[in-house]
Amino acid sequence: MFLTRNTQPVTRKYMIKLVDIHKSFGQQKVLDGLNLDIEDGKTTVIIGGSGGGKSVLLKHIIGLLKPDSGQVFVDDIDIASLNDKGLNEVRKKFGMLFQEAALFDSMNVMGNVAFPLREHTRKKEKEIREIVRERLKAVGLLGVENKMPSELSGGMRKRVGLARAIAMHPQIVLFDEPTTGLDPVMTEAINELIVETQKNFDLTCVVISHDVQSIFTVGHKIAMLYKGRIIEYGTPEKIKMSSNPVLRQFLSGSLEGPISVI
Amino acid sequence: MNKIAATVDNFGRAILENIEEMGRILILFLSVLAWMARPPLKLRLIFKQMEFVGVKSIFVVVLTGTFTGMVMALQGYYGFRMFNAESLVGSTVALGMTRELGPVLTALMVTARAGSAMAAELGTMRVTEQIDALYVMAANPVKHLIVPRVIAGVIMLPALTIVSDFMGILGGYFVGVPVLGINSGAFINNINKLVDLGDIYNGLIKAAFFGLILSVVGCYKGFNTTGGAEGVGKATTEAVVLAAISILISDYFLTAIMF
Repeated sequence: MFLTRNTQPVTRKYMIKLVDIHKSFGQQKVLDGLNLDIEDGKTTVIIGGSGGGKSVLLKHIIGLLKPDSGQVFVDDIDIASLNDKGLNEVRKKFGMLFQEAALFDSMNVMGNVAFPLREHTRKKEKEIREIVRERLKAVGLLGVENKMPSELSGGMRKRVGLARAIAMHPQIVLFDEPTTGLDPVMTEAINELIVETQKNFDLTCVVISHDVQSIFTVGHKIAMLYKGRIIEYGTPEKIKMSSNPVLRQFLSGSLEGPISVI
Repeated sequence: MNKIAATVDNFGRAILENIEEMGRILILFLSVLAWMARPPLKLRLIFKQMEFVGVKSIFVVVLTGTFTGMVMALQGYYGFRMFNAESLVGSTVALGMTRELGPVLTALMVTARAGSAMAAELGTMRVTEQIDALYVMAANPVKHLIVPRVIAGVIMLPALTIVSDFMGILGGYFVGVPVLGINSGAFINNINKLVDLGDIYNGLIKAAFFGLILSVVGCYKGFNTTGGAEGVGKATTEAVVLAAISILISDYFLTAIMF
């Protein structure tokens, strides 16, 4: 049953379902029977060590990688079995903010944010510019439309990246380590922005992060990825109280514990 | 014994890898064809690439063409003088330029200038996730990035070759007639008599084919870059080497087929 968003309370609880995902690169097993449900209209933060497969997991959700076995359901469609055309249709539900923003450096800010609109809609140029300005305003950046990405600071780039991700008013936005490489103040600003954007645009957000401070600010639900599986899942309160030794070690940043360094 | 086995093993593996790579380049080429057939073509992007590949290469092509024609006239003169056949210098330069040196030298210069840039640009886009960003926004990178470059290569290489041919003959004339004292009428007359349009056309067909090679190879290497800044550098070098070798080898076979 399909209900339009915004008019009806959400009836289906999960927007994304990952079922028994296995993925290896050569000899290295990265995802090992991973299961995770991502709630509709909420922000789920996936945490885990560097190089622990968080990005790989995110790439599975949007079909940039296909699992060796297992299923990825987005809005009840198994995207692991789709061809390119079907995948593109599903991808129109998504926006994604990349780690270094991945702005096209051959285009200015206007061109970047307008890109999906020019690509997928028949809107008039004037209307597109209007939407771009609106989105830039939503991320707190106005008056930079004609700047090139190389002229922007790291924090501004992320904002433009977010404006581009929400240009088409997607249902789901993925964030690949949104606060990595930013100073503490900018980190807080970006976290606030994620929270606000999620609320204002009624988004399902998936954030991957290893920044402990950010996790509790932005997450409604938190999932810990360790050795290719989700070992703990729950509300921030539950995660804070968890007695799982891996999680305890991760949150406290201690060298002692089950997570081995090197 | 083990060492020999290992050597044979490595050799076989290298051959297999090369064949595999050729297959992947061919697949990329086929998908370029498929996307070319699917409108709308991105005209703005195509013109931008045509400017980069073509217009901005004119200077180097003029220089190489002119000096190649000049040196050919000089070398030819010493040979033909032994038989009192100096008046054939003009037609030798013209045939050499149109059939062989125009297309090949142009292609090698453009490979160095534009083929390398294609690999570097696409490689950088790959390692900074801009190519992933295209996929995520449901925009196919082959259509957006590779098709315009290949079209630009195929159209602009023959155009540049015409420039190169012309400048080469002009360079030959200025060395042959005023410097070496060949009769101007004989110089031009022999070109008219011995060079026919077929020589020029076949040279241009070659040029178009070389344009295809250098753009597809440059894009392939860039598109499949891995490993950060070092990877981009490696992709660029490999693109230039592979494209240059492919151009020279295919030149032999094209010549054998056409002339």
